[in-house]
Amino acid sequence: MNSAVQTEIFISRSPEETLEFAKQFSQSLKAGDIVALIGNLGSGKTIFVKGICNGLNAGQNPLSPTFSIINEYIGKYTIYHIDFYRIKDKEELYDIGYEDYFNDESICLIEWADMFIEILPEDHIEVKIEFGSDDLERVITIQRKK
Amino acid sequence: MIVLGIETSCDETSVGIIDDNKILVNEIFSQKIHSQFGGVVPELASRAHLQKILLILKDALKNANLTLNDINLVCSTAGPGLIGALIVGYCFGSGLSLAINRHFVPVNHIDGHIYSVFLNNEEIEFPYIALLVSGGNTALYFIEGFYKATLLGTTLDDAAGEAFDKVGKLLGLKYPAGAAIESLAKNGDENYHSFPVAVIQGKYDFSFSGIKTSVLRFIQRNFPDGMSEIDKANISASFQKAVIEALLLKTLSAVNEFKVKHVAIVGGVASNKYLQKKFCDSISTNIKLHVPEPSLCTDNGAMIAFAGLKSFETNYYSKAKITHPFPN
Repeated sequence: MNSAVQTEIFISRSPEETLEFAKQFSQSLKAGDIVALIGNLGSGKTIFVKGICNGLNAGQNPLSPTFSIINEYIGKYTIYHIDFYRIKDKEELYDIGYEDYFNDESICLIEWADMFIEILPEDHIEVKIEFGSDDLERVITIQRKK
Repeated sequence: MIVLGIETSCDETSVGIIDDNKILVNEIFSQKIHSQFGGVVPELASRAHLQKILLILKDALKNANLTLNDINLVCSTAGPGLIGALIVGYCFGSGLSLAINRHFVPVNHIDGHIYSVFLNNEEIEFPYIALLVSGGNTALYFIEGFYKATLLGTTLDDAAGEAFDKVGKLLGLKYPAGAAIESLAKNGDENYHSFPVAVIQGKYDFSFSGIKTSVLRFIQRNFPDGMSEIDKANISASFQKAVIEALLLKTLSAVNEFKVKHVAIVGGVASNKYLQKKFCDSISTNIKLHVPEPSLCTDNGAMIAFAGLKSFETNYYSKAKITHPFPN
């Protein structure tokens, strides 16, 4: 039974609101957490990451890791900002050494995580960002396994 | 001084050998290897770094008609980049330097790009404004000397090259899409639609995340049933114009503020001919525009050799104390 899933839904009406919500969300994170960010191009995944990093006092301004694949920020925890966008198959992830990044001391924030959701541990936190009824609105759904 | 440069920060595996600012060889393997497997693939790149680096070095030495004994200095990219890829080039370079008893200079990839404009070019002079535009970076620098560079501004989200790649995806183009958009845009109307580039607080900062979303919205609204080739051409031309104008505007205001006589555009997107033309047309005639040849715009070993040489000459490397590869 998968009844032990806790779901939280937030409606954001602007990038600023998404940022603020992500900042609050970051306070619930702890070392070892893996956050799967799922959402279309332009939905605001990188803004969500910015909010988390602000909330966890990571000094740097997070940039999109699409080209670099993995960015690292140091704040309250070491944060690995990962992007699966450019990854073609699972073998590539093994080769990059993704398992080393999934550890008890750091937090992984993974954009386009749905491309290889099967490699993530069962207990990852899912953040789904969907377009709302107008240009700025986003529906953010957070799911955690208890 | 004969300098060897090794670059493995991301997709490209490259070895360059220079004699001061003259390029003797600049071997870049990425596309040759990748095209056999269909496209640029990080896993292949990362494995290829390890498999090919010795071959590339041997090939480079042969083509330059040199032996390892002729090398006076060994330089490797230390970061930023993908850590696994960086480790290969860094360890190979430092190991080689021990074997041939030469100094080893770790180089910041960004320094490689911003000084690359000196290679095979006698006309560039300090001070200059450098615009770095690539798939991973977009930044403006005021450069007064080697290792006297001030970062004026940078992208706050996506790099300009990434905007090209992501808009390319919306248009159904393959990754990387920069060259495909440039070529589509040739047949399109750049005034077809005005895509907004975000206005941001930092005087010299950039933002290219919003334009991606506005292209997405535009396509969803106007072409729910798909686009014709001419629609794609028009969108490409209008999008390209918006991005390049944002780059141009900030570069020109830096040129005016710092009263420089030289401007350099470096990084992968610098090869875009439309960008080069726009800059040429807009920069006043008493200011000289420098764009390295395409093989120097992409990630390459020669630029790492040159930045390493200058780091060694100015003793910057002993102050910088880079002791291991760093991701960012």
